[in-house]
Amino acid sequence: MTEETTVADDDVSGPGTLRPPGAAPLVQVRGATKSFGGVQALRGVDLTLLPGEIHALVGENGAGKSTLIKVLTGVYAPDGGEFRYGGEPVRFARPADAQRAGISTIYQEVNLVPLLSVARNIYLGREPRTRWGTVDVGAMNRRAAQLVGDLGIDVDVTGELGRLGLGAQQMVALARAVSVESRVVIMDEPTSSLEPAEVETLFGVARNLRRSGTALVFVSHRLDELWQLCDRVTVLRDGHHVHTGPMAELDRVTLVSHMLGKDASEVGAQGVTEFAGKHRHGDAPVLDASGIAVRSRLSDVALQVRPGEVVGLGGLLGSGRSETVKAIYGDLPVESGRVSVAGRNLRAGSVRHALKAGVALLSEDRKAEGIIPDLSVRDNIALAVLPRMARGGIVVESRIDALVETFMTRLKIKAADTGQKVRELSGGNQQKVLIARWLCTEPTVFLLDEPTRGIDVGAKQEVQALIDELAGHGLAVVLISSEMEELVEGADRVVVLHAGRVEAELSGSELSHSRLLTALAGESADPADDGQPAGDDGQPTDGAGQPADGSGPSAGTGQPTAAVRTAAKEEEDGRG
Amino acid sequence: MSGPTMERAGAAPDRDPAKGASAGSPGPGPQPGSVRLGLGMRIAELAQRQGALVLLIVLCAVASVVFPSFATGANLSSIAVQASFMAVVALGMTFVILGGGIDLSVGSVFALGGVLAAWASQYGFVPALLVPLAVCGFIGLVQGLIIAKGGLAPFIVTLAGLLFARGLLLFITDEGTTTYKVPEGSAFLQLAQGELLGVGYSVWLLVVLFAIGALVLHRTSYGTTVLAIGGQEDAAELMGLPVVRTKVITYLVNGLLAGLGGALIASYTSSGVTVLGVGMELEVISAVVLGGTLLTGGAGTILGTLVGALLLQVIKNVINQVGSLNSNWQAVVSGTILLMVVSIQSYLARSRRG
Repeated sequence: MTEETTVADDDVSGPGTLRPPGAAPLVQVRGATKSFGGVQALRGVDLTLLPGEIHALVGENGAGKSTLIKVLTGVYAPDGGEFRYGGEPVRFARPADAQRAGISTIYQEVNLVPLLSVARNIYLGREPRTRWGTVDVGAMNRRAAQLVGDLGIDVDVTGELGRLGLGAQQMVALARAVSVESRVVIMDEPTSSLEPAEVETLFGVARNLRRSGTALVFVSHRLDELWQLCDRVTVLRDGHHVHTGPMAELDRVTLVSHMLGKDASEVGAQGVTEFAGKHRHGDAPVLDASGIAVRSRLSDVALQVRPGEVVGLGGLLGSGRSETVKAIYGDLPVESGRVSVAGRNLRAGSVRHALKAGVALLSEDRKAEGIIPDLSVRDNIALAVLPRMARGGIVVESRIDALVETFMTRLKIKAADTGQKVRELSGGNQQKVLIARWLCTEPTVFLLDEPTRGIDVGAKQEVQALIDELAGHGLAVVLISSEMEELVEGADRVVVLHAGRVEAELSGSELSHSRLLTALAGESADPADDGQPAGDDGQPTDGAGQPADGSGPSAGTGQPTAAVRTAAKEEEDGRG
Repeated sequence: MSGPTMERAGAAPDRDPAKGASAGSPGPGPQPGSVRLGLGMRIAELAQRQGALVLLIVLCAVASVVFPSFATGANLSSIAVQASFMAVVALGMTFVILGGGIDLSVGSVFALGGVLAAWASQYGFVPALLVPLAVCGFIGLVQGLIIAKGGLAPFIVTLAGLLFARGLLLFITDEGTTTYKVPEGSAFLQLAQGELLGVGYSVWLLVVLFAIGALVLHRTSYGTTVLAIGGQEDAAELMGLPVVRTKVITYLVNGLLAGLGGALIASYTSSGVTVLGVGMELEVISAVVLGGTLLTGGAGTILGTLVGALLLQVIKNVINQVGSLNSNWQAVVSGTILLMVVSIQSYLARSRRG
């Protein structure tokens, strides 16, 4: 675990590293590997941090960003790789070791103690002492007040942290990181819960730190922020190191193609997926959602789906895809918006009501939100309809058996028998069991959030064929997928979200890989988009200041995105 | 090292601050930005923090009017002395609960401490005190190590500890048939029976221990770490606080204090009574929670626990004063009050979440 990989002191610069003369790297990671169970989260990742730089760390779900950060800060022990800090080989066994060495981290979810005061949180573990060795509360509060004042944060340092808004809490976390005078500050999506003014404050602090020679790592799904703040960028994908280089040399489309492992020119012909093609569908939308707003997540999202139609919902991580379907399903409190199914308005925030109206949601995280591993296939399928299968409170077994048999055959669920425990099935069959469960409720609208993620290729194709079949039976399907092929080939129409807004709506001949890529990058606001169907205006992106030419994307690794992104789940787990 | 961290990081979504702190999510609740407290919540919070104190004062006032024998020096002193045995144990339990744990073994450990003290008193004062402390401290230490290093649930580990300590006690007393007596005239008897300025030594000891406890909780980094662990264990871990060490110390001290409580009761009753302490863990937990400590950990006060322990003892005493009431009513009343306190706590926790 503490084995040190000693490597001759060769040239330290990693791929694409700029190395200004005189600035020795502060952190060098080479070939870092880490797996959880059988899943490789990191497969040889390099990262070099220079003093006085802000380094963007970019990648989609499961790329390995969070794992890399946690390996770097002693939360996880790496399986292999070389780690140098200030030139010396290191392995941090615990977060405390990394912190003592001067690496502090601000996590995406605020990792402070809500019930303690702001000042206590800032100085936890390093409280100022009195002569007798006790905590000098007076001095602690004074220093904390000074510190947050200097950062331009207006909070009462003696108040409970949990009383503050999330943004303010995030700023307190920043104050804590600043107060330890770290040499490396890692910020894992610090801006996701901040208001614009707070983001400015945070950027100001980050730039001050850079000036004082601190190396900063900045993770954000708001791509604009990367160009505003960062000097260099490292892109990860599926646990691999993909690209490192100056931020200014990248445009948005190239960055996104690095992240997705696709570039517009390279994408091949049809036929990667099992999707048969376009679906015949009705004219009147069965699902009609408009003006959906969720605080700091979604604004004015609209979505219409007709019976028999598959509408793809595309977008990068953090663009609000899952939030959109959750909001429709009533599983997320919305600020405003209207959802109607077959002409009837749904009550906002009521899952029961949505279910009754015929909406079903296959959630992204089947382990946490769906499958009950120790129950049988039969019981898992029947779970959602138990109330309907009962007469006077007594479950009629024969009716359930008949129903389960039907779906086992129809969805080709491979299980020894209906009594087999679901945990013993493959990922693909587990997914089909879940789909069967929802089909039992006889939905008219089926929201599928990453239905093919984390299942093997064969099962993936079966699920894809099943989606086609469901649409063929007149079901209105919303398909969220991170894989461009699925959207392009499986959907009749793709609504692309960017930063919580509808960025573009592509259908017909517009529905191509290159157009999708441009839209995913948030750059579709060019004149060519004027002739869009439906009423959705492609939102212009707010000030990335990058040319939208989309030209010359440097070659990705050429690995098909159809590669199973199993690592995604692991990484999310790790995030806690 | 990374194993348990990972699991914990993934395991507790409901403690996720992003959800817990609520301000981020819109809805019927508070405005974005900082969370403002409604009047109802403020009253509930006051009731949770100071409710036991108010109840204690009201109960004492009423009792002194209704029962002439209540407010006498002898009665009050007896309340204080009798409360002290349980309160000593509750002090340790406060830290355990504040740190997000629970210790069900204290009743058995307490009884074991009493028997060991009575047995060892034949060798003099020092062994009578040190033997129970050593054995009970050791039990606490082992439990702490299993919980902190092994990552096992405190509930189960200390339930095993409860059985273990009770079994050990029965073994050394020949299935409870041997009752060790403290030799007459032993200095050890002074520990709980002696007085200074009209107040029993055990009460003085209690005051000193609680003062130290309050100092430790609010003015040392150990105390803050306990609160941090109870409030958000993942965060404590990620901030590099000594989580394992702190937990082990907490259970160790809790074992020591349970042993000390046992020694005090042995001194008070001049013997090692084997049937003591059955169900005491629940009474101790009640005292802690009544005193305003969150059962889920992370917030509470030492003084509150003292008030909670006194309140339970006063309820007992008052019900004894009412001749017609069976002493079992004490449990009914305490139970009702406890339920009220816990309801308020969970109401508050939910309001925080929004």
